[in-house]
Amino acid sequence: MSTQAHAADHHDHDHKPGFVKRWLFSTNHKDIGTLYLIFAMVGGTIGGFLSMGIRAELAEPGMQIFSNPHMFNVFSTAHGLIMIFFMIMPSLFGGFGNWFVPLMIGAPDMAFPRLNNVSFWLMPPALTLLIISLFVEGPSGMNGAGVGWTVYPPHSTSGHPGPAVDFAILALHLAGASSILSSINFITTIFNMRTPGMTLHKMPLFVWSMLVTAFLLLLAMPVLAGAITMLLTDRNFGTTFFDPAGGGDPVLFQHLFWFFGHPEVYVIILPGFGIVSQVISTFSKKPVFGYLPMAYAMVAIGAVGFVVWAHHMYTAGLSLDTQAYFLAATMVIAVPTGIKIFSWIATMWGGSVRFPTPMLFAIGFIVLFTLGGVTGVVLANPGIDRAFHDTVYVVAHFHYTMSIGALFTLFSGWYYWFPKMTGYMYNETLGKIHFWMLFIGVNVTFFPQHFSGMAGMARRQADYPDALAGWNMISTIGAWISIAAMAVFFFAMALAFVRKQKAGDNPWGVGATTLEWTVSSPPAFHAFEKLPKVK
Amino acid sequence: MRNRLKGGQQNSAVFKGIGSILASAVFSLMLIGVAHAGNGQPSPWQIGFQEPVTVIARQIESFHDFLMIVITLVTLFVMGLLAYIILKFNEKANPVPSKTTHNTAIEVIWTIVPILILLVICIPSFRLLFAQYTFPKADLVIKATGNQWYWSYEYPDQGGMSFDQLMLRDDDNNPIGGPDGQPRVLAVDNFVVVPVNKNVELLITASDVIHNWTIPAFGVKVDAVPGRVVRAWFNADTIGTYYGQCSELCGKDHAYMPIGVKVMSEADYGTWLAKAKKEYASSEPVGKKSGDTQLAASVNASTNR
Repeated sequence: MSTQAHAADHHDHDHKPGFVKRWLFSTNHKDIGTLYLIFAMVGGTIGGFLSMGIRAELAEPGMQIFSNPHMFNVFSTAHGLIMIFFMIMPSLFGGFGNWFVPLMIGAPDMAFPRLNNVSFWLMPPALTLLIISLFVEGPSGMNGAGVGWTVYPPHSTSGHPGPAVDFAILALHLAGASSILSSINFITTIFNMRTPGMTLHKMPLFVWSMLVTAFLLLLAMPVLAGAITMLLTDRNFGTTFFDPAGGGDPVLFQHLFWFFGHPEVYVIILPGFGIVSQVISTFSKKPVFGYLPMAYAMVAIGAVGFVVWAHHMYTAGLSLDTQAYFLAATMVIAVPTGIKIFSWIATMWGGSVRFPTPMLFAIGFIVLFTLGGVTGVVLANPGIDRAFHDTVYVVAHFHYTMSIGALFTLFSGWYYWFPKMTGYMYNETLGKIHFWMLFIGVNVTFFPQHFSGMAGMARRQADYPDALAGWNMISTIGAWISIAAMAVFFFAMALAFVRKQKAGDNPWGVGATTLEWTVSSPPAFHAFEKLPKVK
Repeated sequence: MRNRLKGGQQNSAVFKGIGSILASAVFSLMLIGVAHAGNGQPSPWQIGFQEPVTVIARQIESFHDFLMIVITLVTLFVMGLLAYIILKFNEKANPVPSKTTHNTAIEVIWTIVPILILLVICIPSFRLLFAQYTFPKADLVIKATGNQWYWSYEYPDQGGMSFDQLMLRDDDNNPIGGPDGQPRVLAVDNFVVVPVNKNVELLITASDVIHNWTIPAFGVKVDAVPGRVVRAWFNADTIGTYYGQCSELCGKDHAYMPIGVKVMSEADYGTWLAKAKKEYASSEPVGKKSGDTQLAASVNASTNR
């Protein structure tokens, strides 16, 4: 096996290269994982700042902080793109994936370490391009791309003659290339570099989730790349793929975008599923209930995720038969998702459950994901989506599932693996305060949006009828609570690095059975000098 | 209270200097005094749909009521299980964990039961979907065209009569609550008028970017896509004024292109039609027929095309 070549590669136990060589030319999976996590914190901070702009504007009817409503659209566009491509994906997929896939399968590193380095270093230029797009002309006389993360033409073509949308497209191209490269890396690593005895059906569920996610990215990202390249040529080189004046069709873009976009929401949440499975099993001191159904439920979610895209387009003028098909297909997704929820509950059932911060975030995730999941079943029906499409009810739905839901899995994984990654223990009390403030904050923010959405409040609007003032004020208060929670988080992390309280190799006890807990905290620069044996 | 900035929008606020919660309280008090409170528009602290006035909108509401029962039970069931775990299977209450990792019977149950629930949901869902796409014979056809950032309407059966519908700004003439006694942001200069209890067929398209035509109380929501004409229909059975807002991101003034429809008795509709035919003579250029020429000018000036 190819792993032997790596194992034979001798290094001193903790010999690390110098700063520049270690962090700029890094080929070490743990260092690259760390870079991804730091990058995601930068992205999350910018995205969080943008979301506060959105909520501050919507705190009251009328225009509060933006003199031009276009700026509000720019904020919500950048918020969506940054949170998806530069916060959630780099942390869950790039960060935890790089850190823990090799450790969990007993591999010395990723299959293609230099490719791994390229994958990461495509990300900062991508974010830079997206930030530049905020400051160059979009629509005539206005800066920034106010097109929404969906970038629908013609608003993104003839509606934005300035170069802002081009910058945003190129940012997505780079981020997409990064994702494709790291997917290739993960798939190769997982298929070829498992330690002897680590069969596919013994892999931890987090590794399964990364495998499915990598396949989704590999299949979906090129479709996005094609779609936005067509957009680019429509904008700059006179093609008319999406312009009816030249025989094109704006709805074609929506089909292409959502063929990527729906798998993308599973790309965001599947790694979280994996993390939650590990965390719940650890703190229940029980193996995962129904391991194989759990793994294949993720495969099923990934597969079905490719054939439900047009449920984002129920109002786009699709034919009756098309809508009927997508209704039925979308309903199917609820079944494997239900299996996962019930299996997590069954894992805890009969367990001896502890509730430290990672477990709180995992259970918080189940609560949020259930709430968002059931509104997903509502929205799956085209007949009723006629009432909810493009209202803030949808905003509430997808934040509960793939935004705040994913964020909770991210924090669950962060607190779970923080002692492993740093060697330090965080302050449990501060972690719990962080959890409770964030849990209250996000619910206060997003639950009322079900009501204002039902009442008819359209999303992506900088201003709204005065009657909706009440629910929106509550939403904004919730956003402030969430920001305060994030301040607690950063304080807790800083404190952990100041206190330097040693964590030990396995701070979580008997429930933590995966391979990463068998190595030191933090793991040596090269963790597995000898391949570990799995029985 | 934040200062509201007045930029290109001249969007001066209605409730200057009052806290927002207080403001909405004032607004609700005001609504009590208005005859059609909450009809055809959102109401403060509303937690349900706007009052439906078409068969389809009522069917949406009753289907939603049914779904609410299902999803509430599902949610309570899951939360109940979690609560039970927290109480009964915590470290203190249950120090020795079980080793159970499989139970075929229960796994089959939690696969089959959700499938059955979804099948039950599918029946009214398909019924509603097919009802929405069963077009009755049209008594009146109206063509709606989305523009940045106003709507144009044409009554092709009425000699091609056409007019534009622009939002009224609250500095136009008005007391608290919005211009012309209409709610702020939703207020329009020219209403679409339709007779009550008649099948109205809509032909919806757009001239520049994608917009979306909706009246929540009618249960109608259709994307207005350039290069396509999409059909929709409604039959409103209650006289009144109904509002909606553009529901597809279309640029700067996306929030400021409301849709206003008045449903009138047959007689009132006839009176309006006679007057409208004169007022909206068919050959005037787009953007000039509106009562609010100042706004029309500002909209045209900021249009990119």
